[in-house]
Amino acid sequence: MEKNTAAAPALGVEIGSMKMANPVMTASGTFGYGEEFADLLDISSLGAYIVKGTTLNPRQGNDYPRMAETPSGMLNAVGLQNKGVDYFASEIYPRIRRQGSNLVVNISGNTPEEYAEAARRLAALDDVAALEVNISCPNVKQGGLAFGTTTEGAGSVTRAVRAAWPRTLIVKLSPNVTDITEIARAAEAEGADSVSLINTFMGMAVDVERRRPCLSTVTGGLSGPAVRPVAVRMVWQTAKAVKIPVIGLGGIASGRDAMEFILAGATAVQVGTANFLNPAVCSEVIAYIADYCQRHGVASVSELVGALEV
Amino acid sequence: MKKALCDLAVAENRQLGPRFSLLTLRGVIPGEILPGQFAQVRVDASKPTFLRRPISICDADPEAGTLRLLVRRAGAGTEALCQAREGDTLNLLLPLGRSFSAPACKDARILLVGGGVGVAPMLFYGKWLRANGYRPEFLTGARSEAELLLRGEFEALGMVHVSTDDGSAGHRGLVTLNPALDSRWDLIACCGPKPMMVGVAAKARESGSRCEVSLENMMACGLGACLCCVEKTVRGNVCVCAEGPVFDIEELTWFD
Repeated sequence: MEKNTAAAPALGVEIGSMKMANPVMTASGTFGYGEEFADLLDISSLGAYIVKGTTLNPRQGNDYPRMAETPSGMLNAVGLQNKGVDYFASEIYPRIRRQGSNLVVNISGNTPEEYAEAARRLAALDDVAALEVNISCPNVKQGGLAFGTTTEGAGSVTRAVRAAWPRTLIVKLSPNVTDITEIARAAEAEGADSVSLINTFMGMAVDVERRRPCLSTVTGGLSGPAVRPVAVRMVWQTAKAVKIPVIGLGGIASGRDAMEFILAGATAVQVGTANFLNPAVCSEVIAYIADYCQRHGVASVSELVGALEV
Repeated sequence: MKKALCDLAVAENRQLGPRFSLLTLRGVIPGEILPGQFAQVRVDASKPTFLRRPISICDADPEAGTLRLLVRRAGAGTEALCQAREGDTLNLLLPLGRSFSAPACKDARILLVGGGVGVAPMLFYGKWLRANGYRPEFLTGARSEAELLLRGEFEALGMVHVSTDDGSAGHRGLVTLNPALDSRWDLIACCGPKPMMVGVAAKARESGSRCEVSLENMMACGLGACLCCVEKTVRGNVCVCAEGPVFDIEELTWFD
């Protein structure tokens, strides 16, 4: 199986019309606007970077405490704190639009119309390569997860954004469903170019001495290596169920972890919570994938997508 | 100041009573570190510990390649740090956060108040102030005289006001009741348990003193990316890790 190839492997992949130099992206909400990591990681080395969830109107998010450490992971209940799409467009976008990598904006909303309006305003920003539509946030009362748990909800948001956004459209799916493949198919049917999965699991932790929940919102979203095996399983199932490319995420903390997702059917991967532990982890993941391709004698990483032998 | 990841070797681990450990680290320390800033320390030695632990810089000398961290045993992560042995390597992300401010006038009356592990940034700040021509005074407290942390080092920097719960040194009672807080200061800087900081902030408002506090909200990234460690301020929820940990009390909503 192992042989040496002289040429460097081709790491490029495409998601819709977005061409990525490699399959590695940073997950929304774990990488700020990229600037926060600029001292520690070469942003231009990333396949894409997905900025913090953005909504039509500003949101203050949930009360503190918003996080709790859990075995091999963490719970968060940030609640989509952001200054709104217009602030993003006027204040943040000009600073980050040209960092040498694909800029992807994650959007969220309370209604399909809000998603669409945010998408319409972002469409005016030429350097936004793709939108990732969050229909899976477990930490907001309205919208968010509500759209991600039914085929009708997922379909309606995807349809609304598709009509307002001409470039690559990724729909981010929730694992808090009975059958994630039917939600993926609903997004595909309404014109999504890709689905990314998984967002966080609904979870809860208790401070037993104080007899209180660890989070202000009681429940929150679980991320980190704890969720990885479930995420790999869902990516594997979804990749078989849809024709559009699948982006895998959930607990990826190393290049080896990323290869699990790629072999299970992911065209690209996102690194999330691991950025908190090792802000330079994405460079290591990219280097590992290149090395893996060489070790396994494949000329292009795309040959490995779904190459799982079962 | 550029943030960097660096591996530092544990040169010394001095136990200060049952609850604290003073780690001296050695290695290449990138850039300038200012008082009030902190490091995110990776805890490899504790399996249940997933995230890094934010620890205030207690002392830093980048030229000599030394850094000191005062760690309080609070849970599994800090317990593992307190058990670090000479020769171990710790991975740090630093320098993070905003520092205490520098008063415009060198003869400003400055009081640095530290409680518990909160004395750590005050030692560094005190050294920095002295090196820059200021003459700060200090207020520190503990349960008893034996638990007063780094007392000798503070005394080498200036006048030290002391409070102990049992009266074995200085004034008996809480730091917030120490008479040093009755007079007006150009700047009071404070780090310690939140009730203490709220009490000191209240006294500062009474005396008309400007007051900065250093918060230690639970955090994940330390870089301002995850938005977990927020504190309510007059400009909304802001990240303690990136826009703090040092805040002027007038920015906070503690007294609203």
